Parts: sequence; structure tokens; C-alpha cells
Amino acid sequence: MKAAKKIDYYSFLEKITPLIAVIFALLVGAIVIVIIGEDPIYVYKILFSNAISNRDGWGNVLFRATPLIFTGLAVAFAFRCGLFNIGGEGQVYIGAFLSTWVGFTFTSLPAFILIPLCILAAAAGGALWAAVPGILKAKKGVHEVIVTIMMNWIAASLTFFLVLKYKAPETETMIAAGVKQMIPHTKEIAQAARLPRLYDLFKSINIDFPSYNQVNVSFFIAIGVAILAYYILWKTNLGYEIRAVGYNPLAAEYGGISVAKNIVLAMVISGAFAGLVGTNEVMGFKYRWRQELFTGLGFNGIAVALLGKNHPLGVVLAAILFGILNYGGAIVNIFTEGRIPRELIMVLQAVIVIFVVISDEIVKRLIVKRRKLT
Amino acid sequence: MIKNSSKIINLIKVETVEMRGIVKQFPGVLANDHINFDVHVGEVHTLLGENGAGKSTLMKILYGIYHQDEGEIYVNGKLVNIRSPLDAIRLGIGMVHQHFMLVPTLTVAENVALGLPSSRKFLLDLDMVTERIKELVKINGLYVDPEAKVWQLSVGEQQRVEILKVLYRGASLLILDEPTAVLTPQEVEELFHVLRSMIKRGYTIIFISHKLREVLSLSNRITILRDGKVVKTLPAVEATQEKLARLMVGREVLLQVEHPAVKLGKVALALEGIWVQGDEGLHALRGIDLEVHSGEILGIAGVSGNGQSELAEVIAGLRKPTQGKVFIKGINVTNWSPSQLLDYGLSYIPEERMRDGVVQEFNIEENLILKDHIHPPYAKGIFMNFHKIGQESERLIKNFDIRTPSRYTSLKSLSGGNIQKLILARELSRKPSVLVAAQPTRGLDISATEYVHRQLIEQRIKLKTATLLISDDLDEILSLADRIAVIYEGEIMGVVKRNEVSVEELGMMMGGVHKDNIP
Repeated sequence: MKAAKKIDYYSFLEKITPLIAVIFALLVGAIVIVIIGEDPIYVYKILFSNAISNRDGWGNVLFRATPLIFTGLAVAFAFRCGLFNIGGEGQVYIGAFLSTWVGFTFTSLPAFILIPLCILAAAAGGALWAAVPGILKAKKGVHEVIVTIMMNWIAASLTFFLVLKYKAPETETMIAAGVKQMIPHTKEIAQAARLPRLYDLFKSINIDFPSYNQVNVSFFIAIGVAILAYYILWKTNLGYEIRAVGYNPLAAEYGGISVAKNIVLAMVISGAFAGLVGTNEVMGFKYRWRQELFTGLGFNGIAVALLGKNHPLGVVLAAILFGILNYGGAIVNIFTEGRIPRELIMVLQAVIVIFVVISDEIVKRLIVKRRKLT
Repeated sequence: MIKNSSKIINLIKVETVEMRGIVKQFPGVLANDHINFDVHVGEVHTLLGENGAGKSTLMKILYGIYHQDEGEIYVNGKLVNIRSPLDAIRLGIGMVHQHFMLVPTLTVAENVALGLPSSRKFLLDLDMVTERIKELVKINGLYVDPEAKVWQLSVGEQQRVEILKVLYRGASLLILDEPTAVLTPQEVEELFHVLRSMIKRGYTIIFISHKLREVLSLSNRITILRDGKVVKTLPAVEATQEKLARLMVGREVLLQVEHPAVKLGKVALALEGIWVQGDEGLHALRGIDLEVHSGEILGIAGVSGNGQSELAEVIAGLRKPTQGKVFIKGINVTNWSPSQLLDYGLSYIPEERMRDGVVQEFNIEENLILKDHIHPPYAKGIFMNFHKIGQESERLIKNFDIRTPSRYTSLKSLSGGNIQKLILARELSRKPSVLVAAQPTRGLDISATEYVHRQLIEQRIKLKTATLLISDDLDEILSLADRIAVIYEGEIMGVVKRNEVSVEELGMMMGGVHKDNIP
């Protein structure tokens, strides 16, 4: 009995390792700040107080967290099936592009059709892009890491080509000034394809919220997808099969579960999650496709999934933390007149990931040691 | 004699080892409770006990992997403090672990030399190592080619390499932790032959086991442990299997299962001319014909590696035959998928139960529903019916006596015996018409083995299941099977009724003599 309690204590420790990792990362960040010659307490105070002490801050944080929830869930979901989907990047490009294309092509449709259609297109694009590595893995045993990373490059080139094809027309002022469009981006999507911002929603129920804040309905879609991911994984027999394949494909096969089918399905669902980034960046924010909107989101999803321990709730919390760091970091940069560069946030994120991995490993060893002893 | 060895290696002689009042406390478990144990030169002293009785812990203390909380160890009458395996090796104590610790891609000589300082400073001295191993092989009869790669060796040969490793380091006291668990009866005999000759040449052996027959055949003295305490130490000549079993388990044990006759039903499982390729591309099964009736246990006897694993896999749909047909209940099920076969009434207890039988990261409840998770009552449409899953799990845990704090307990924290009970519970509760049981008691202790045997006999009567029992343990087959088929190099040497065959005849068939050719 005593032994069982000890193990419980370790599994509790296992669950809170991300928290420990974040604390350690902030300490390391503090050292970096001291080296730069600033006061870490002052810097952290600016960082956190601006991000979470008022509605505008929260809005900014959630706006930045939304795409990371999608890509984090994508990585976490595939991981539950034992797959390392590092193709979030490409799946985001394709999903968002398909969604944009629907948005500027079927402009005559009313919003209640066009919005769901655009959302579906985003998911379908990502799913399609992830299906390729899924099928190759299932049928031919080709490693998904290799294929997904190659698919990232193909997606980048393909969307770049398509952007030039559906390039936004130059505005009259640009023509008058004789300048060319410098950053290639597509035409705008129809008004009916745009997601309302939270400002609009809050206004209708008389809550004061800054009109310039970019957080939009896509955040709720992200939360919905997180709940969906949780339900699929732990409440359906598909999720049971996916997890069985992820933990032990041999036992799964012996248990009559088709490993190939579940690999493909897990990749498709994972890709669909990633593709939905388009709802935030295109449908809720820029209303057009522009590559720089998406760069790095797929890869940051890996860090978010890792920090969130591949659990939907963990992913949402981790994405929000990254949102806080991203937004707070930008503010710190302004407040310190550039003496604390925004890149400090990247250092913090990297250190968090390193510490998560280390503390996971330490706890794992503690548990193994404990088990050997008993 | 032992002097021969000392010419080649720096032999460290151990005359006596005495462990006094050893106490080792783990959180929640008193693994060793004031244990006294001694061993003298030229004897085999066996530590006998069920899993968890404390025998491995005691030996790990002697070998320096653990350190005792209380008690002293005397080697050759001198108090010693063994802090690490290195200390133990310096004292002449060597340990051969149950799980081999060899690098498969390296040669035997390279494995033996691994971790030892070279006589040529920074350069390898493999030639010298090879020569020395050849000498050791010759003296001790541990036949193995020092230049062969370890992956090419059979399990028995790999074990000899492990023993050579210990001998090469100069040990004269060998601790063998369940060395026979992975061996066939023939390999066990070979090993015992080698060990007996080593004893004559002045080596000393501590043998850890729970197999009564082997213990009686090899030991001079036997110490029985139960719940971390010494129950008794007695000379082997005063012991019988029944007596040892009673001391070990603490109650009377039925070593021979009751085996009531059963009226045979129709043929439930039939194989017709099955040819199957093994992993190396050669034919592992060459034209197998078999029939199993419902209510019957057909035992497959044979030395391991003669196609038994492939036979089980082809019936379970995990390996496709290149030729031939499989019938279940008269229907041709050749090339059906595992899930189709499971739904049609096949149950399967896999040989590698930890790898193929369970998902270690799942809890008990989740493992119990594997195979039927998509069917009612466990599933409700695409959702899982946790209420029913819980009810069924509780019932199975109770009926099959799975010892666990709760159904949510992680599978990893169960003992091997309890995991096999879980697999049995899952496979038998599906009310199979055909059951393939591959090595169902391998590595289990005596109580768990007894339990598995009883269940297999019972369900044969209750459910009229046709059981194909594949086992390397001939005793098991003899005590459970109604008929016995002997397999040799992928062919059936003969099918015989259990009570119409002698062990000698079975042995000849296992060696490749066809039944019709036995004089």
C-alpha cells in the first residue's frame, strides 16, 4: 500500500513537470536578463502584467494562442498514435490556402454557408496534406518524419506559386505611385467568409472591449477542437484503437486492430487540426493568405504539445503560456526601448522545452528506480 | 582441474560465503527479513521461492547491486563490504542474469572483452582474448565459437557466453538467476551437465529457481524463501517435489492437474497442407495437417524454434500461408484478418505476452476489453460504454482472481502471473470455439502455473473449446493434452494419444524421427 502511494506521488510529479520546467526556464531567463544588464523582476513584471492584467492583454494573448492550440493539438493527436507529425507547417499552408480560395471564390454565398464551408476547407486541406505521409507510412513503412518535412517544402512552394496566380490586384494608390506589391498575398476573402471578432460579440452584450483587438471567434473553434480531440481519444473506440496502436502496435494487431487504418486516420485528423489555423489567421484576422502569417506555427506546435504532455487541456494551457510570452515579450521590447530583444522570448521557449524533456527524463528514471526497488 | 583454469585466467578462489541476518527494506516491502544463507566450495546451493519471495534481492545484495540495510557478509571467513558488482568480481563472485546482457552485433570474444582493460593498453587484444576463451571452452565444455557474432547464436549458446564472461573475470562462485527459464529441456540438460562438471573442478554455484524438478536434479542443498524469510534449508536428498512445493507456497499444491475425460465434439480447427515462410524467408512450416476437436486439448510438443511460433501466428491470421488452408468450424478462414478471426470465435494467448498480449501503458480495464472494444456491450456506436466496461472488468477481476488494487491500476504494476490471468480472463470470457495457447506458463511461478492449467482444463469442459496448446515444457503437455502432435523442422512427426505414448518415443519424434519409423 505504501509502495502504491509512492508511485502515485511520482505520477503526480510526472504531471507537474511542465510547471517545474517553466519555473526553471524563467530562472534561466532571469540570468540572461541580468547579463544584458536589466532587472529581471522589472522585466517579468512588465511581461506578465501587460499580458494578463487587462482585457486588451488577454485578447492579444488568446489571439496568439489560438493557432498554437491548433498546431499543438495536431502534434499531440498524432503522437498518441505513435506518430511524430512535424509537417504542421505544410498542413497549415495548404489548409489555410484552401480556405482562402473558397473564401474569395464563392463570394455570392451567404455567411451561414460560406463560413462553415471555409472552415471545412481549412480542415480538409490540412487533412489531405497529412494523408500522404499517413498512407505512405501505413502501406510502405516510410518514416513519417521524412515525408512530413518534405511535404512542408512542397506546400511552401506550391502555395507560393498559387499566391502569384491569385495575387491581389494592385490598389489605385499603388498604381499612381508606380510601386509594385512587395509581399505577395492573395485577394481578400468575401465579407461573408469572415469570422466576427470578440469585440463584435462583446459589444452586442454591452461588455467593454477594445475594438482594435484581433482575438476572434476562431479561439472558440480552437477550444471546441481541443474538447473534440479529448472526446475522440478517450471516449470513442477509434481513440482507444489509436492509443493502443501508439503504445504497442504489436499488441494492437494481435487484438484485431488495423494498425495501418489507424495510422492514416490519426494523420488525417492531425492534419485537419493543423489546417484549421486558417480560421484564425485568414478568416478572423488578415482575410487573405500571406505566407509570413503562418511561418513557424507548425514547429511551435511541437513545443506546445511537448509542454502540454500531449493532452488537449495541457496543449491549451501551453499555447496560452506561449501566447503570454509572445505578447509580453513584444511589450517588454517596447518598454525597455529594445534593450531586451523579443528574441529573449524565443530563448525562454527553447529553455522551457529543454527543461520539460530533462525533467520528464528525471521523473521517468525516478519511477524506474522505484519500480526496480520494489 | 581448477588449476587448469588458473593458468589461463587469474582465478579468485572462494571457499565459503556466509550471509548473516540480511535485512533489506524497500518502500512498503520487507524484501529480505533477517536471512541467513551460506554456501561452500564445490556445492550447488539453490534458492527456491515464488516470484517476490526475495531470492533475487538477496543475490543482488551479494553481487553488490543493492546494499543491505542490516547484516553482514563473510567471504572466506572475512567480513566484507560489497559496494558494487566490481567489488563482488574482485572477491571472485560472478552473476549470470536471467536476461542476457550481450551486444548482438559483436562477436563472442568482443562481448567477453567488453569493459575489461586490454593487455595492450590502447590497442585491442582480441586475439589473446579469443585464445583464452577457446581454452576456457575446452576445459569447461561450454561449447561456443568465440569468433561467432552473438546474434547468430541460439539462446542456449548465448547463455554459455554469459557464463564465459563471468569465468573470464576470474569468478569461482557463480550466481545463476533462473538460468533455465529460457532454455529447452535439451538445453537445460546440457547446461546441467556443464555445471556438474564445473562443480567437480572446484567451482561453487548458487542457483535461483522455482522449477522443482530441476532444483532436485542439480542441487546439493536447497534454501526455501517465502515472503522474505527463510522457511527452511535442507539437503536435496531429503526433499521431494511435493515437499518443496508445500514449503514454497505455504500450502498443499496439486502438481498434477486432474484431467477428466471429455467427449469429443466435431472438428473445430483444421489445418490442411499449410506451408508458411518464417522471418528468414525459409519455410518454417512444411505441409502441416492437424485437426482439433471441440472439447479437446491438442498439445504441440517440440524443441523450440521448429515452427511453433509460426504455427500459432498462421492460425491467428498474423502470418499468411503460402500454401494450404485453415478451417474453423468447417469454414475456410485462410487469409482472414485477425479481427475477422477474433469475431468468428478464435482466442489467442500469445507467446510473448508482454509484447503481443497487453498494452503496458493501458490500465487493467482497458486491457481487458482489447479485441472486443468495438462490440457491445463495451461499445455504444462509436463511443465506449464505460459503465458496462467497468461492470465487466470488475466481474473478470473477481472471477479470474486478478490481484490488483483497482481496475484503473496501470498494467505495469502487475506481476507476470497476474498479467497472464488478465489475458486468460480476456480470452476465455470471449467464449472461444478455438483457443491457441502459446507457452501459456512460461516464466510463471508455481501458483500461477497451477492456476493457468486449471483454467485450461476447466474451459475445455465448460465451453467445449478446441485448444491448441503449444509449449516447450514437455511436462506441461503431458499433464494437459488429450492428444500430442510433435513438430520437427516445420513438419508433424506424428500425432499420438497422451496415454498411449512414452516420453522416450516423444523424445525421438522431437529429434526428427517419424512416428512410423520408431521401432
